Amino acid sequence: MSAATFTPMTPPFAPGAYGPDAQIMKDIDGLNWRLADYLKRGGYDGLKKILAENVPPEKIIAEMKTSALRGRGGAGFPAGLKWSFMPKGYTGQKYLVCNSDEGEPGTFKDRDILRYNPHSVIEGMAIAAYAMGITVGYNYIHGEIWDTYERFEEALDEARAAGYLGDRIQGSDFSFQLHAFHGYGAYICGEETALLESMEGKKGQPRFKPPFPASFGLYGKPTTINNTETFAAVPWIINHGGEAYLRLGKPNNGGTKIFSVSGDVERPGNYEVNMGTPFAKLLEMAGGMRGGRKLKGCIPGGSSMPVVPGDIMMECDMDYDSIAKAGSMLGSGAVIIMDDTRCMVKSLLRLAYFYYEESCGQCTPCREGTGWLYRVINRIEHGEGRNEDLDLLNSLADNIQGRTICALGDAAAMPVRAFIKHYRDEFQHHIDHKRCLVPVYV
Amino acid sequence: MNSMSEPLADRVAVEFKLDGRTVTGYADETLIETADRLGVEIPRLCHMPGLRPDGNCRACVVEIKGERVLAPSCCRNPQPGMEVQSASERARASQKMVLELLLSDMPETHYTRNSELDRWAAALEVGKPRFAATALRREQPAPDLSHHAIAVNLDACIQCTRCLRACREEQVNDVIGYAFRGEHSKIVFDFDDPMGQSTCVACGECVQACPTGALMPARDAALAVPDKTVDSVCPYCGVGCQLTYNIKDNEILYVQGRDGPSNHGRLCVKGRYGFDYVHHKHRLTKPLIRRAGIPKTAGFTIDPDHVHELFREATWEEALDLAAGGLRKIRDTAGPKALAGFGSAKGSNEEAYLFQKLVRTGFRSNNVDHCTRLCHASSVAALLEGIGSGAVSNQVNDVAHSEVIVVIGSNPVVNHPVAATWIKNAVKKGASLVLIDPRRSELARHATHYLQFKADTDVALLNAMMHTIVHEGLVNEDFIASRTIGYEELKKNVDGYSPEAMAPVCGIPAATIRTVARLYATSKASIILWGMGISQHVHGTDNARCLIALAMMTGQVGRPGTGLHPLRGQNNVQGASDSGLIPMMYPDYKRVDNAEAQARFEKLWGTKLDPQPGLTVVEVMNAAIAGKVRGMYVMGENPALSDPDLNHAREALASLDWLVVQDIFLTETAYLADVVLPASAFPEKTGSFTNTDRMVQLGRRALDMPGDARQDLWIIQEMARRLGLDWKYAGADSGVAEVFDEMRHAMASIGGHHLGAAGAGKFGDLSLRTRRRSRPAGRVHRSLPDADRAREVRPRRHHPRQRTAGRRLSDGADHRAATGTLAYRRDDAAVQRARRDRTRARGLAASARPGADGRRARRGDHGRVAPGPHHAVCPCRRRHAGRRGVHPVLLLRSGGEPADQSGARSLRQDSGVQVLRGAHHRRRRTGRGDEFRWGAVARGRLIPPAKTPGKT
Ligand SMILES: Cc1cc2nc3c(=O)[nH]c(=O)nc-3n(C[C@H](O)[C@H](O)[C@H](O)COP(=O)(O)O)c2cc1C
Ligand code: SF4
Ligand code: SF4
Ligand code: SF4
Ligand code: FES
Repeated sequence: MSAATFTPMTPPFAPGAYGPDAQIMKDIDGLNWRLADYLKRGGYDGLKKILAENVPPEKIIAEMKTSALRGRGGAGFPAGLKWSFMPKGYTGQKYLVCNSDEGEPGTFKDRDILRYNPHSVIEGMAIAAYAMGITVGYNYIHGEIWDTYERFEEALDEARAAGYLGDRIQGSDFSFQLHAFHGYGAYICGEETALLESMEGKKGQPRFKPPFPASFGLYGKPTTINNTETFAAVPWIINHGGEAYLRLGKPNNGGTKIFSVSGDVERPGNYEVNMGTPFAKLLEMAGGMRGGRKLKGCIPGGSSMPVVPGDIMMECDMDYDSIAKAGSMLGSGAVIIMDDTRCMVKSLLRLAYFYYEESCGQCTPCREGTGWLYRVINRIEHGEGRNEDLDLLNSLADNIQGRTICALGDAAAMPVRAFIKHYRDEFQHHIDHKRCLVPVYV
Repeated sequence: MNSMSEPLADRVAVEFKLDGRTVTGYADETLIETADRLGVEIPRLCHMPGLRPDGNCRACVVEIKGERVLAPSCCRNPQPGMEVQSASERARASQKMVLELLLSDMPETHYTRNSELDRWAAALEVGKPRFAATALRREQPAPDLSHHAIAVNLDACIQCTRCLRACREEQVNDVIGYAFRGEHSKIVFDFDDPMGQSTCVACGECVQACPTGALMPARDAALAVPDKTVDSVCPYCGVGCQLTYNIKDNEILYVQGRDGPSNHGRLCVKGRYGFDYVHHKHRLTKPLIRRAGIPKTAGFTIDPDHVHELFREATWEEALDLAAGGLRKIRDTAGPKALAGFGSAKGSNEEAYLFQKLVRTGFRSNNVDHCTRLCHASSVAALLEGIGSGAVSNQVNDVAHSEVIVVIGSNPVVNHPVAATWIKNAVKKGASLVLIDPRRSELARHATHYLQFKADTDVALLNAMMHTIVHEGLVNEDFIASRTIGYEELKKNVDGYSPEAMAPVCGIPAATIRTVARLYATSKASIILWGMGISQHVHGTDNARCLIALAMMTGQVGRPGTGLHPLRGQNNVQGASDSGLIPMMYPDYKRVDNAEAQARFEKLWGTKLDPQPGLTVVEVMNAAIAGKVRGMYVMGENPALSDPDLNHAREALASLDWLVVQDIFLTETAYLADVVLPASAFPEKTGSFTNTDRMVQLGRRALDMPGDARQDLWIIQEMARRLGLDWKYAGADSGVAEVFDEMRHAMASIGGHHLGAAGAGKFGDLSLRTRRRSRPAGRVHRSLPDADRAREVRPRRHHPRQRTAGRRLSDGADHRAATGTLAYRRDDAAVQRARRDRTRARGLAASARPGADGRRARRGDHGRVAPGPHHAVCPCRRRHAGRRGVHPVLLLRSGGEPADQSGARSLRQDSGVQVLRGAHHRRRRTGRGDEFRWGAVARGRLIPPAKTPGKT
């Protein structure tokens, strides 16, 4: 693989490193993450404004709805709508949780937000807490990025010291305690209810839903969970209004989105673009296909989303609805680029192995099914495939998807179906000839 | 469990479509439950009635019109208009895929005959799994055979977590966990310890829950095909769990829990695995006669292997003639009062009844008693005095409706394990548990407040609680005004017992006492359960009085989840007393010195009866030493091991001229016998038993007796014949049905029961077959009932005699319920004796008072009202057709206990229930031998059961 030629960006970055559309990552150079820098960029203005003006919470939620900000964690659920599910007039404890357990292969945007612009998340969470009448929040940070966790802790200290967190924020009646919490690297703990279990000190195993976290969340209390990027987008919306945010993107697909572009491109990395930006443009920002090779396929939304053949992808815009039309999903915004040197059987094997390893083991179709998916693909890859194997894989995937407690089952099944659908001949070749169709280049 | 705790609101019917036909479900049931009711078969593996639905196996998915994904029918409730397809192509494909995936990893070996996985796979015609490539199979854990009763073969595990839920959520033993991830997921015990070394208490609930045989009775006991299964009850404690024996070649292979009102399928280690005593090699199989010249001495050690040096074997004819002849001689020479008989709280109602009848009509005295005298007598005395009934106010599992549960002086986790599960379940659902006990028991782990007070300072502590309630204005004024008398005196009395003053006495901080008192008084429903820790004191009656006063002053009685429950120890404590194994009472607590009662029983039994109350257990022993009692007949009791002063008891028994012992083992008492009659163990006979909840249930014969052993009922009748009695009880199982039939005529309390057609040899399920007329089941709990108010209480229609409901207590002693004084137990024998005399005198005085006679003391006499709201539907949460939803069993509560059982003393008890507080060594008797000591179970370890040789 040519990955060896890639050198990661090291701060300070050139201006506009995240692209000209960047809002969350605007003017981020990798060193200016501290509170003072954030304030210079107009940070905490949104929070100060709503506290000074005593903006009614409903108004903030309405603004969020207008913005059409959709959850950036994968499912794309409208954030404003989710916030409105929190019981009103509830007198007990409510919780706010930020999901920074970024573990989906190909996704690395939340890490950048946390280490280069942590105060945007803190401010976003404080505003969310205000809007939903929540007094305690946690940020659940993935258990493999320790330095990021520590930096976030530092940012919390700064915010507390400056009165942006804690009791009576900025002299108002609003108090909000925010804490960092780290996991231990299990992918499944990114699933919101597994995350809650994990925070409660239990085994990270998804809960059966309903009840949803808004009614039965952390410690059984009403809880709202959003992704890091979702929260990071909130200050901009408060500062500029929901309408303006919406206009950055397309109807029903408001704002900007950070895409983690990886794979066979010249400059893999995070790029923040307006929703609806053509894929071709994003590819160009990432320096285009590595060595000018041909785009064979692209997984546009993280490893759990269906793969899209290159030609279809080149015509596609980068927003929820367009990608759905192309037969995949925007998911977490991880764009995995595969050129024509990639063996699709091996690629799928790598994905299948991931889900097989990461299944929590709770429900039969996923626990047993991911194992058999992996093992059957493995035997195809190793020239031991049987003629009936492709149908077997398909029927297995069919009977996993939509039959499990959480969406990890879907995540494991969807790639299988899409890979076989679009690259069946490659799989068949493996079975028939016991070797790869794609010549090995590197 | 679920069915127990849901509110009783009327169920909302929901019309929806299931597989094309319009059906009616309920909003609070799941689709799979509706389907089950209607006979529509949906495969399922992780679903099990009684366990929380977990929805993990996905074998039960169904297609719902308009929904993108399939839904697990075990977790979905029907909605109006919903269209559900349980066998559509899509649903079936998914169901089959689940089964196929699971089958792929199944081992070749079969650990059970009833794998639910195999059954569903066959039903859905899932052939050989396509994934069964052995090379690709996942690694499976090695067998774990470290447990004595349970074999763990996790290669057959399908990760359904039924065992986990049974262990954690049903039994709340918290042993089983689900560890690791993905395909390495594994059922573990504690920290992945071998099961035998884990904290498992061997309740076996996980085994009962396992669908694939991954958890099974050890040594393949359940692989053999039973010849028959017999539905019965557990012979151990007062909870009275229903169970099923699986029998092969006249041996119990294994036991399963059955859905009874008190256990709903649950069992504990005793009921499930404690049956091998029946097959023990030391069982008596031949009548034994003491060899001439072998002396009887109090000092002896039992040596079961050298029995023949003391006794010789004899025929039944010879042994019975000799046994009865010896007794007859004493009766005819020294007079009826020179004989006494001890029955047993472990025998059936019929045995108890017939035994007391034999003593009363054959010995012609009332010298008949049994071990209950030593356990809850003090509780009963206080209850009779305080509320007019010595029995429990409601069944244990009513705790599901309690907000606060107080457990004092009781260790139910060990002594009433299944009762404890209901308590733990309630706590898990949010009830507060207040555990008050000097000895920390397992329940403390679940307690909201654990008060480890100084031993023997109950009265100080409870008075301090009452002080708080009075002084903080937490009393229930209405209840006190309308239902009690004597409150002012109580109020005055507790004045001196502020929590601050009592804290140094009882060792509990005043603030804690106050907190707990407030909690109890102000909750919507508080219940108190207690055991021997309250009753077995020199001032046990005072302890119980305090508890009653607490309930009365706060009105925590008479509603769902409130009340008073003295947990009964042995399996038939209640029934043996009901049936008249009491020296001063005929069956149903009719006093022997009551002319009317006497006349009635004389007529019934066709003979003259002694109007004088007989001697109690302890008095008999004293009388034997004094030479007044010369001969005894002991059935199923072992006073030489279980009486308070062993040397004294053994000397007494050894000094007898003639002792006949009827038992299944050569007990310490039998060692001193002249004739030993080999009797039947619990599963070898049929009879009815009354549990702590006062439900009458049927134990059925499951086994033949070993050797020449005979059923107790037969032996009693043969003895009776030789004492000159002309009895005729024909029919199967020694005429048990006819005995019961006679009891029905003698005892109004069971008048409506039928024990199956007499002689037919087939017995219906007693607790479910009652034909008792509907009788108000709600009860007014009155502390010191006010006579004026009592008149307002509705009379019971069928019992006009009881119109004057409510007992009036008129002298100073009555207010003792409220005025429990600080009393410290002394070991000084003289003090004890003085106390005993005083208590006894009080008891007699009470019984002599008008309105306090035996008739009044009977159940129901304190007045009843129409069914309270909580009994409008049965607490067992089942619907019972044609009975306005009232559980037939509830109508069956049998009689209260005698008014003058007030000889409350610090005594060790013979029941294996719980021993004197402080001493706390348990001695569990199973059956009637002392072979089995389950005490070790309390520490979470099972002593290896004596392996029965040749068991398959
Ligand atoms: C297997 C699995 C893993 C997930 N991992 C993440 C994750 O790492 N980060 C995340 O934000 N959401 C993740 N999600 C989605 C969350 O469950 C949840 O939808 C999200 O946190 C909601 O936030 P949002 O509405 O802001 O997107 C995952 C979901 C599944 C099923
Ligand atoms: S789908 Fe997989 S990860 Fe999700 S609950 Fe089921 S077994 Fe666990
Ligand atoms: S037998 Fe042991 S492991 Fe099984 S349910 Fe009972 S306590 Fe738990
Ligand atoms: S041991 Fe039995 S009950 Fe427990 S998870 Fe495995 S199959 Fe289910
Ligand atoms: S029975 Fe419904 S998911 Fe297992």
